[in-house]
Amino acid sequence: MIDFNLILPEIFISLTLMFLLIVGVFKKNSSSLIYNLTILSLLVLLALVLNLSHIEEAFIFNQSYKIDNLSNFMKILTLISAIFVMLTSSKYLKLIKIFKIEYPVLILSSILGMIVMISSNDLIVFYMGLELQSLALYVLASFNRDNLLSTESGLKYFVLSALSSGLLLYGCSLIYGFSGSTNFDEISLSISNVQYGLTFGIVFILVGLAFKISAVPFHMWAPDVYEGSPTSVTIFFAILPKIAALTVFIRFLYVPFINMIDQWQMIIIFLSIASMIFGAVAAIGQKNLKRLVAYSSIGHMGYVLAGLTTGTNEGIQSSIIYLSIYLVMNLALFSCIFMLRRNENYFENIDDLSGLSKNHPVLSFSMLIILFSLAGIPPLAGFFAKFYIFKAVIEQSMYFLAIVGLLSTVIAAFYYLRIIKIIYFDPEKEKYDTDHSIGLKLSLLLSTIFILIYFIYPNGINDLVSKINII
Amino acid sequence: MNIPILSSLILLPAIGAFFIFFVKSNNKKYQSSKYVALFISLANFLLSLYLWFIFDNTVSEFQFVENRKWIAGFVNYKVGVDGISILFIILTTFITPLCIISVNSTIENRLKDFLIAILLMETLMIGVFCSLDLLVFYLFFEGGLIPMFLIIGIWGGERRVYSAFKFFLYTLLGSVLMLVAIISIYWMTGTTDVEKLYVIGIDTKYQNLLWLAFFTSFAVKTPMWPVHTWLPDAHVEAPTAGSVLLAAILLKMAGYGFIRFSLGLFPIASEYFIPLIYFLSLVAIIYTSLVALMQDDMKKLIAYSSVAHMGFVTLGIFTMTQQGIEGSIFQMISHGLVSAALFLCVGVIYDRMHTRLISQYGGIVSIMPKYAILLMIFTLGAIGLPGTSGFIGEFLILMGTFKKNFLVATIASLGVILAAAYMLWLYKRVVFGKLINDNLKKMVDLKKYEILILWSLAIPTILFGFYPEPLINTIEVSVSNLIEMYNLNVEIYLGKNN
Repeated sequence: MIDFNLILPEIFISLTLMFLLIVGVFKKNSSSLIYNLTILSLLVLLALVLNLSHIEEAFIFNQSYKIDNLSNFMKILTLISAIFVMLTSSKYLKLIKIFKIEYPVLILSSILGMIVMISSNDLIVFYMGLELQSLALYVLASFNRDNLLSTESGLKYFVLSALSSGLLLYGCSLIYGFSGSTNFDEISLSISNVQYGLTFGIVFILVGLAFKISAVPFHMWAPDVYEGSPTSVTIFFAILPKIAALTVFIRFLYVPFINMIDQWQMIIIFLSIASMIFGAVAAIGQKNLKRLVAYSSIGHMGYVLAGLTTGTNEGIQSSIIYLSIYLVMNLALFSCIFMLRRNENYFENIDDLSGLSKNHPVLSFSMLIILFSLAGIPPLAGFFAKFYIFKAVIEQSMYFLAIVGLLSTVIAAFYYLRIIKIIYFDPEKEKYDTDHSIGLKLSLLLSTIFILIYFIYPNGINDLVSKINII
Repeated sequence: MNIPILSSLILLPAIGAFFIFFVKSNNKKYQSSKYVALFISLANFLLSLYLWFIFDNTVSEFQFVENRKWIAGFVNYKVGVDGISILFIILTTFITPLCIISVNSTIENRLKDFLIAILLMETLMIGVFCSLDLLVFYLFFEGGLIPMFLIIGIWGGERRVYSAFKFFLYTLLGSVLMLVAIISIYWMTGTTDVEKLYVIGIDTKYQNLLWLAFFTSFAVKTPMWPVHTWLPDAHVEAPTAGSVLLAAILLKMAGYGFIRFSLGLFPIASEYFIPLIYFLSLVAIIYTSLVALMQDDMKKLIAYSSVAHMGFVTLGIFTMTQQGIEGSIFQMISHGLVSAALFLCVGVIYDRMHTRLISQYGGIVSIMPKYAILLMIFTLGAIGLPGTSGFIGEFLILMGTFKKNFLVATIASLGVILAAAYMLWLYKRVVFGKLINDNLKKMVDLKKYEILILWSLAIPTILFGFYPEPLINTIEVSVSNLIEMYNLNVEIYLGKNN
């Protein structure tokens, strides 16, 4: 007997998105209605997921779908970020004239894919979720189809992502071949000794996943796609797929293959170090804000991966906290980018920020806090995110990783400081418009306050995350 | 219920800053935000004096300790003071209102933001001096980078961007290793509470590495040769109030850190690294004094003299004698007063002439006699003439050093002579001589508020020169307790190895 209550959120979202599609086809000029309905349905979805959040562990569909603390937390994180992303970007979509009915529907289907990924306990279910979210993202990236850069980025993302999905699928087949199952729990039971076929399978799957979170050396798509896509899609790219990919990372490495940690640990350490250093160094020369965010997100993913190298629950928890805080910072930063609007044009070069502090003191102050937090300067939230990671890493005596990580924060601090310098020390330019939507103002305000006062009560998130025990 | 007096001290300026943030910013209201800032910082000063008054200097334990849960099961927010830290707190609360008064003329744009930055700086600096948990200390220590970066960068001189970046990145680079060390200490001992760590002690195998990690951070902040080069740049470009904060208080954080953490937590390693510290301190004293002689920019000259004076401080701390450490603390307080005053003095004539080049001045004594008198007092204080507070500090340090190492003390004494050379030469070139530059004639003598600031720094400089008792009494028990603990640890270690 299948308990359909457990997948009520997934059923609800599938039905909603079909319904919205039909509404959009039959009713003229309904983009605004659909946009608002999407936000509403995300709220309902959040309520449904919260309703299930007391469940410690439950399986469904022959153990291939899992509801536990990890999936609950990550789903809530996904949904909250999705709501804020939707709130921030409505005005932008209208102004660059891509406010169409397909947009929210694609976003919803991508979110459905992520939620499936987050709960998957089986390679096939996981692959299905992954493809669903990626397909929606290919279209979203090229959504501004009259724009050359946007089309290019969609195509680029499609080609590279399809390649990585192929590798990932090949890895799945290797693992199935050597362990006889696609279910994570069964795989872990069938592994008795190290088989090189399995190691190869792990490597292929890690390549696919690293591509999704844009870890070095599988990062090449990120800067172009971030720059080319419409900003409202870039913010989506920068936040949501990472949550789902990290969840799969955790589940895949820590459930079936925790006993083969000495096989994959070095790979993750390499990915982590390479991402941290590359992200820090490559961002220095950037002129476009979105491109800079792409490089900085590569660097930040390096820290998230550093938490995963430890092989302990503390490590996983620190990665999750890091990701959560990073999402808030990213949301805040993109809210600021959305605010750089003058006469219906959006600006996204770093030079456009010049002297911002004279005309827009509050906006600049928020950016100051966000950027120092991204650089990891205490007492802002970004520092604590890094602190938990290094705490977990040093517990395992991986001093090399910790020191490299900390040194690259110093390098990274340089380009964050550069932006602050441009905002605060440089001569001013023309004023920007200030008539922003309430959703945008609200998300900037809330996220900045979160970053600023996280240190007063850090236990809130820590308590939630400390329930996530995989091992 | 007891009032949490230390937390009030820490929070009060932050609340003031918060309040000023919401004052509407048009030009007339700037005055009101200034009065708010002044009022808050004076209230904080009185509160810290009250703290000193009720402080019991006959016991060595930490007093007014507050211990609250913070990051669950890991770090507590713990603050407390002993005889060493209380003086630095008073120095901080004393210097801050003077900085706020001095912005009258120096800061023209964005006064409101400047006051917020200064008040936040005060919060963080007081936090550094009373935190009794390594992580809390780190938080305050690093947090200070943000307002200081902005102070130098927004209100600084021509090369302000370069200096602000250099200051920020140097200090950040120095500090990250300290964070690794703090986390390692947590995993070794299970706590980051300083008081508990004093009792538990840290495994001697790891002390050297941990000591070095802390040392890199403190050495950059002190600053010690060869990582001192950020200081002259930062000082030259910072606005007057920024230089004052930097010289008077920020540099003292590192000296305080050496005493509290390097000596207290890693006694064996400290003993091991004494020759290194002696060497670096001597280089700082002799080399930077020589460099100071050759400067043609007044602020740069005083900045280099700060490096030399801090060289005395580190030398004194690592003599591990009662005189040496007391002298170092005394020297830090005295340097806090004197260097603050010297930077303010430079600020006074810079406001009038808009140049800091020594060659542009000369013969000021005939137009600004009041200024000449005050500058004389502070010059003599910087030289360490008997009767000023600088003398007591340097004398005690040299006494402590002679006890331990004759050669080092002899070389260090040469530094005193060099200090006299560059300070008196500076004074001669600026104040005496002929009035060559006609522009100088337009200069007016000190205004009322400048007189107020400078005399309120001159009085303690002279007072503590003749009557150092109150300061010495406050620190005596804490210092002797520290040394006792230190010697005990070293003896046990040596006993084990023989």
